[in-house]
Amino acid sequence: MSSIADTGITHVHDDHDHDHKPRGFLNRWLFTTNHKDIGTLYLVFSLLMFFIGGSMALVIRAELFVPGLQLVHPEFFNQMTTMHALIMVFGAVMPAWVGFANWMIPLMIGAPDMALPRMNNWSFWILPFAFTMLLSTLFMDGGGPAAGWTLYPPLSLQTGNSFAFVVFAVHMMGISSIMGSINVIATIINMRAPGMTLLRMPLFVWTWLITAYLLIAVMPVLAGAVTMLLTDHFFGTSFFNAAGGGDPVMFQHIFWFFGHPEVYIMILPAFGVISEILPTFSRKPLFGYAAMVYATASIAFLSFIVWAHHMFTVGMPLEGELFFMYATMLIAVPTGVKVFNWVSTMWKGSMTFETPMLFAIGFVVLFTIGGLSGLMLAISAADFQYHDTYFVVAHFHYVLVPGSVFALMAGTYYWLPKWTGMMYSERWGKLHFWLSTIFVNVLFFPQHYLGLAGMPRRIPDYSPQFADFNKISSIGGFAFGLTQLIFVGVIVHAVWVSKKKARARVWEGAIGLEWTVPSPAPYHTFEKAPDIDESMVPHADEISH
Amino acid sequence: MNRQNTFIVAIAVLAAISAAFWLLLVAPALTGNEINMPVGVTPQSVTHYELHMIILWICVVIGVLVFTAMFTSIILHRKSKGHEAATFSHSTRAEIAWTIIPVLILIGMAIPATTALVQMEDSTGADMTVKITGYQWKWKYEYLEDDIQFISTLDANSNAARQLHSGMDPREVENYLLDVDNPVVLPVGKKIKFLITADDVIHAWWVPDLGWKRDAIPGFINEAWTYIEEPGVYRGQCAELCGKDHGFMPIVVNALPEDEYRAWVAQQRGEAVAEAQAVHQDWTDEALMSSGSEVFASQCATCHQQDGSGLPPAFPALAGSPVATGPVADTLDIVIHGRQGTAMQAFSELLTATEIASVVTYVRNAFGNDSGDSVQPSDVTLHGGEDS
Ligand SMILES: [Cu+2]
Ligand SMILES: [Cu+2]
Repeated sequence: MSSIADTGITHVHDDHDHDHKPRGFLNRWLFTTNHKDIGTLYLVFSLLMFFIGGSMALVIRAELFVPGLQLVHPEFFNQMTTMHALIMVFGAVMPAWVGFANWMIPLMIGAPDMALPRMNNWSFWILPFAFTMLLSTLFMDGGGPAAGWTLYPPLSLQTGNSFAFVVFAVHMMGISSIMGSINVIATIINMRAPGMTLLRMPLFVWTWLITAYLLIAVMPVLAGAVTMLLTDHFFGTSFFNAAGGGDPVMFQHIFWFFGHPEVYIMILPAFGVISEILPTFSRKPLFGYAAMVYATASIAFLSFIVWAHHMFTVGMPLEGELFFMYATMLIAVPTGVKVFNWVSTMWKGSMTFETPMLFAIGFVVLFTIGGLSGLMLAISAADFQYHDTYFVVAHFHYVLVPGSVFALMAGTYYWLPKWTGMMYSERWGKLHFWLSTIFVNVLFFPQHYLGLAGMPRRIPDYSPQFADFNKISSIGGFAFGLTQLIFVGVIVHAVWVSKKKARARVWEGAIGLEWTVPSPAPYHTFEKAPDIDESMVPHADEISH
Repeated sequence: MNRQNTFIVAIAVLAAISAAFWLLLVAPALTGNEINMPVGVTPQSVTHYELHMIILWICVVIGVLVFTAMFTSIILHRKSKGHEAATFSHSTRAEIAWTIIPVLILIGMAIPATTALVQMEDSTGADMTVKITGYQWKWKYEYLEDDIQFISTLDANSNAARQLHSGMDPREVENYLLDVDNPVVLPVGKKIKFLITADDVIHAWWVPDLGWKRDAIPGFINEAWTYIEEPGVYRGQCAELCGKDHGFMPIVVNALPEDEYRAWVAQQRGEAVAEAQAVHQDWTDEALMSSGSEVFASQCATCHQQDGSGLPPAFPALAGSPVATGPVADTLDIVIHGRQGTAMQAFSELLTATEIASVVTYVRNAFGNDSGDSVQPSDVTLHGGEDS
């Protein structure tokens, strides 16, 4: 980085200060336009939200530990289920992926920063306000939202005046996501280094590009839906009020038109991260790169035409149910391609099992279980039994927790040395993996049984016949929650304590531009665009013919 | 040698993973807990069960095969064993295969899935019709041909035990949370059509042994049907989040042989006649108060609390409230017509004139309210919804 040497800053002994970071805490973090700092902010914020949302989940699991009501009133229980979901979806998983995008996309495509750095700052700093507002509703008269994160009317319209705060918080999250997506798209389209053609981009960049389009397409739909709820609640409109000529089911159609793509918004970047990690630790190129890109695009396309599988029981015409069932089943095909390609990537590799690889393997196995139960849920006649039971809860937690969240952890371990310049503790990382994997299954696997045996979701109390598996699930929940403290410990250790310096190419088998810059990545990278040649494109032979 | 080695390891892994799946799917049943969907007692429930088992096994086989390949690789192709990485990065043939084969499997699944759906949606040719209406947090059943209707709520024992800090052990309560005061009685061997709707928010009517659930949506009437093959008591719950007591509005179906069912119908109609006559009777204050306290306990106490203290702001207190202590007409009005946009429903749809008269008398003279007046059934004018 020769350009850094002549900035005139004279701290010779501390090489962290060579790169003219802004002075002062506020300047550095509040006014930053640096993609790495903003990425860090997003990641720290989402980790905080992960713990807040997680402690709400523990309230739920504590109440469900034994039959009967011991701890909370049903109305507070409902606020917990609602808030847990809103916080985890919009506060933890989505911002975490934006954090990864900020940190890694410029590094992976050879760009000096994101295309729109000031907007980048703004899109992050909206979030703390949005979530403060959302969380504050818990302390308002009448409590926070309690109608589920899906906010179905008419029930959601029974929320007190705090409802307006919920709606505005959702608006702010939406604005933040849309700005983040615009930035990702503008960066990827315009700022790739010469030679970084679209089909040479790492898969993580591809999956985020597609995710960003999904976000731009559906966040305004959600904003529209909640705005209609707002006017129904406060201004006497009747969009969703049957007595006034409205249609409560229309809300569900609009919501899930947003909601189904939303689940892919949370999982596609995970596919990308896993597709980076498996080749590195298998020391073998990703199998079927082009197929992976096309599969991602097909999943994204299909995600727009399957929404009503969330509402098979609302009483749709037979033709509608058949269409949504067939379309949903089709998603299994590109998703299957992904899983098969990951296994083929590992096949005949030369594998080692550092923590990122362990989490990636855990992801492939447990996500596949979640995917297969998703296929079962697609069969609408069987769904007449599964719908709104713990079977559904088990399904979507399998794709979200050992799915998205494991991928986030895999990615964190994978790039943490690049971010901090220090190696994390492999021993504690592995312990974190094993405990997480064991307890996530103790937590969620029994919920399949509960659902099939007839336990509805979103209930604060249950018949004693469900007691055993609820108890096991709760034990798993608390153990999984405590295990995550190890994660925080590992990160804190890597940032402030670890003495083990990371090399530029942290992992033996890692290929890609991010490994060509030093660790930690300097404050400014790729001020001069790098040259991309075939050696940096592991799948070069596949796309050249 | 190498090939053979791979094959042996793969077989061992396959056995291990199959055993693990077997353990996950079968072992928990040995604990005596129910872990699978009930087969149920209707043609639909049997179809849905069979469909569920077909797709479950297809998914298990796919999962076992994928994981076998993966763990075989994890065992054999590791650096620590000196395995050198191959360099292949794609195979058009393999990729076409694992696109086409899943499509074929999906088509195989779609055929029974489509048949089951067509069966489910055909509610023609029914012998009788029951209209089900969901309320926060109870169900109303109307037998359209026989002119019977009643409300079904959580039974008193469960209701007492389920209160926060009730100090009661739910395990001691028979059918805790799955019992009601008035079960819905249905004949076996008849095709019964249901018209399902709701009055306030969305609920969902679900009895697993009947094989399906269907949303109850205000302003819409959904159709479903059943044909119960075996007499028995079948229990279910509301399946769509409908507010604070969503977990406390169970469903109990009592399926009776034809003759017993007819006897039940005759008895219900007798009670309905007696009730209609009661409207023209004058009631004593004591009779009104005692019947009113029963109605209050089953219909009102969930929100307004047994002692009338309510759960403000959503559920106002009745003790000393302006509505309960002001003019009688106001109390009657809000009980009969409800209050839009709140959980206070129009009780003209749920209670008889006698019940409304007694509960209004009760709230105006209980919890320290001392209006001293009493309301007679003849004072109650119900607009629509009540034909007695
Ligand atoms: Cu979906
Ligand atoms: Cu409900």
